[in-house]
Amino acid sequence: MTAKNWIVLLAIIVVASVIGIVFMLALSWFPEQGSNVAPEIDTFWDVLVIVSVPIFVAVTTVMLFSIWRWRQRPGEEDLDGPPIHGSTKLEVIWTIIPTIIIAALTTYAAILLVDIQAAPAKGTRVVNVNGVQFAWDFETQTADGPVKTAKLYLPINEPVKFNVRSKDVIHDFWVPAFRLKVDAVPGITTSYNLTPTKLGTFDVVCAELCGLGHAYMRQTVTVLTAERYATMMAKLTKASGTPVAAAGGDGIGEQLFVAGNPATGATACGACHTLAAAGTTGVTGPNLDKELKADNASAADIMEMIVDPNKEIAKGYSKGIMPANYATTMTKAELDALTKYIYESVQGKG
Amino acid sequence: MMAAKIRQPGWYRALAFSILGVLVCLGLSTGLRAAFSVDPVYDGESVLQISLLMVPLFFLGGIGCFDYWLRWASGRTVVDDHADHGAKSWRDYFKVNTDHKVIGIQYIVVSFFFMFIGGLMAMLVRAELAAPGRQFVDPNTYNGIFSVHATLLIFLFVIPVFAGIANYVIPLMIGAPDMAFPRLNALSFWMLPVAGVMMLLSFLAPGGSFASGWTAYAPLSVDAPIGQAFFTIAVQFAGASSIATALNFLVTIITMRAPGMTFFRMPLLVWANFSTSLLVVIATPFIAASQFMVILDRALGFNFFNPSGGGDVLMYQHVFWFYSHPAVYIMMLPGFGIISEVLATRARKPVFGYRMMAFSLLAIVLLGFTVWAHHMFVSGMSDWIRIPMMITTAIIAIPTGIKIFSWVATLWRGVLKMDTPMLWATGFIAMFTLGGISGVMLAMVPLDIHVSDTYFIVAHIHYVLFGGSLFTIYAGIYFWFPKMTGRMFNERLGKLHFWLTFIFFNITFAPMHLIGVQGMPRRVSDYAEQFATWNMIISLASFVVGLSTLIFLYNMIVSWRSGPKAGANPWNSLTIEWQVSSPPPIFNFDAIPSVVGGPYEYGVPGAVHAVFDEAEPEPVAVGAGASASEAD
Repeated sequence: MTAKNWIVLLAIIVVASVIGIVFMLALSWFPEQGSNVAPEIDTFWDVLVIVSVPIFVAVTTVMLFSIWRWRQRPGEEDLDGPPIHGSTKLEVIWTIIPTIIIAALTTYAAILLVDIQAAPAKGTRVVNVNGVQFAWDFETQTADGPVKTAKLYLPINEPVKFNVRSKDVIHDFWVPAFRLKVDAVPGITTSYNLTPTKLGTFDVVCAELCGLGHAYMRQTVTVLTAERYATMMAKLTKASGTPVAAAGGDGIGEQLFVAGNPATGATACGACHTLAAAGTTGVTGPNLDKELKADNASAADIMEMIVDPNKEIAKGYSKGIMPANYATTMTKAELDALTKYIYESVQGKG
Repeated sequence: MMAAKIRQPGWYRALAFSILGVLVCLGLSTGLRAAFSVDPVYDGESVLQISLLMVPLFFLGGIGCFDYWLRWASGRTVVDDHADHGAKSWRDYFKVNTDHKVIGIQYIVVSFFFMFIGGLMAMLVRAELAAPGRQFVDPNTYNGIFSVHATLLIFLFVIPVFAGIANYVIPLMIGAPDMAFPRLNALSFWMLPVAGVMMLLSFLAPGGSFASGWTAYAPLSVDAPIGQAFFTIAVQFAGASSIATALNFLVTIITMRAPGMTFFRMPLLVWANFSTSLLVVIATPFIAASQFMVILDRALGFNFFNPSGGGDVLMYQHVFWFYSHPAVYIMMLPGFGIISEVLATRARKPVFGYRMMAFSLLAIVLLGFTVWAHHMFVSGMSDWIRIPMMITTAIIAIPTGIKIFSWVATLWRGVLKMDTPMLWATGFIAMFTLGGISGVMLAMVPLDIHVSDTYFIVAHIHYVLFGGSLFTIYAGIYFWFPKMTGRMFNERLGKLHFWLTFIFFNITFAPMHLIGVQGMPRRVSDYAEQFATWNMIISLASFVVGLSTLIFLYNMIVSWRSGPKAGANPWNSLTIEWQVSSPPPIFNFDAIPSVVGGPYEYGVPGAVHAVFDEAEPEPVAVGAGASASEAD
């Protein structure tokens, strides 16, 4: 190794590290930042990347350099390398430097964590998040009593605490845009708190394998301005007794089919089922045009399929995926309207 | 004729005993149910559950694992004629055999059989995930396929294939004629196919195979259909096999080293398996316990994990991970050993910092027991546990770093022979460094909260277990192939295998880091539209990885049958296994070796590791002498 070799090697490591760091930071890693925690975690990630890339680059560069410089050339078949058994100095260095890096990173992480898991202020809004195979429902306390919804609504810039519970197996309540998650564990209440900081609608994902419908346990959270949130909660509170059907008139069936009833947690049929009349193309569940026609299903049959979906399963599909809670999330009038709509659509009278 | 066959240990008797076993279980189940007036008296699932536990024991008896012990226990004469030792034809590989070399090959071949099945399942998983929505399989089958994929590759491939390589190599390396307990060794091996076949049979169970992941978290696993029982019980057999082998290694290494083979003259593969065996013996009983509790919950209505009956859901995870985190090192430390052997031999240099390499293994063993709850940062356990577990986890990076830096330093100024084993070894260093770095990132709780249970985890574990463990396994298989078979593999095919795997492995798993951080959860048969492009790329690349293993398979089979003869020491290595013929004599050594120096004294003029008592005074040639060093 000449001095020139050393300089070249060092230069390659520095340049490659810089390129690596720039590349890694330029990638769009995270979803949008939806909570107060998100910027802190994203910054932490950047720090981890900046520390990690040079370590990887140094190891691989020295290795590749060795292979380039000292690979066996013709005529060297019987040669051995020099009998270097070690170097206490080097070994001390590569024990101490990682120790310092580790100490720094864990300190940073610990401070950040203490910050994230700090107990919320008294009087913070509480949302009860309940996991069940395979849907979430969200229960918010309002002045007029609790409101249960299938879609989560939150006001912007107001702290909120989630109390997460499960009724059956372990689920995991995760909003990628918020960056935090926690398991919903049967028998205990878990929680975290944060402040939504961005208006819009974000995905709610179940992150712990919970059975057949795990992949489909995806819902949304909508962050609203304080005024719109108040209006929405008032509307939902009022609505929760007499949902959509109370409005009366035509088109209720279609509305329920396409959009469900967020106020009560009834998920939309069209999210999973194809029905030509409604223009939905979901493939998670059976194609209703085909299946119901083939079965020559009566209105009563359809009603039973909605209320008790596991009783009979279309060929090629599995039990336990379609929510079995429509009897409780919809009123009799809504069920009637929905059944009528599906029946007439399939029969071509819709 | 038939009666004679059934009296002899072997497959006929194993079949007869197995049928007998089913009948006994049927009798037990119906008899007990009748005695306790349970209605109905016949219950298929009850019979199946009991059969899963008992029929394997009948099978093992039938094939002949217990013959010698039972004969001795019953007071009859036992003959120590070594009739079951060594293989004279390929048929002997299908019998109970006490030769560690036969058992080693049995282990390796059976493990690779399950690797190919498990790999095929990975192909199905990627086919399903190639596009959003449903492609080929329903969610239940999908959950089953990825669960069996992981379970097979962990319990039936990575763990046992290392045991297989070690089984073959370790007694030779330490100058022993065999393992300390050859019959226990045979029993350990035969429990493996039992476990593997049971896992595969779960697909035939009513309700489908087990589908709760290889982690089988309660209460999902407790409420699952009977297919889950195939997991809980198969793991018991795989675990028992592991424990018995580990005890065997410990006793062998402690008591059967050749004269002069002090601990600090042992090759690092021996150190690695010594450390691994310590882990197995201490940790594996915990997974056995966790699965027994699941069985008791499922079959007998215990309430270990049922909160409404006073049970505790999180306890399952604590017990499970108290094994399954050390299991990560059980799946990695033997690979570390292989890499040290390959690098020293192919770089023609002593392993850099030998003592620290040995001590760092022991440090990992010790620290490995203090980090299990880092798998549970979002599980809902007490918040305060998170910071101590983060610190211990991060500390493991230090001994692991020592190993990586020392390997790189071993390459420095060597005479590097960049052949197939060396390519896998250097490829391993790069991939494992990446896996280690993402591991340190995952240890950082604030980040882990976001990426836990996402594809970031899937990427990390595959960098560690595929880019890590599997690369070392390939390195080891290519490295000792000449010793095991007496023939050389095809070098060009070996290199092609490496480059295809290396390139497409990275295209498969690197993007998973990205989609994980972006928000794609793991263990899903369907995903949001935004991840579609990357998933298609990943699936296509994964198929090439799958195909590249066929090159390996072809190379191994053809070279085994008709490769060029290898000679005793094709790599010019110093360690003892290379100083005997390829394959070695039936009891390994015609003359007892005496160890006179370290295992890696490459470049030291005239240095030898071992001499043979009756061998000529000139020790077996070991290309030591000339040194390339001084010029630099």
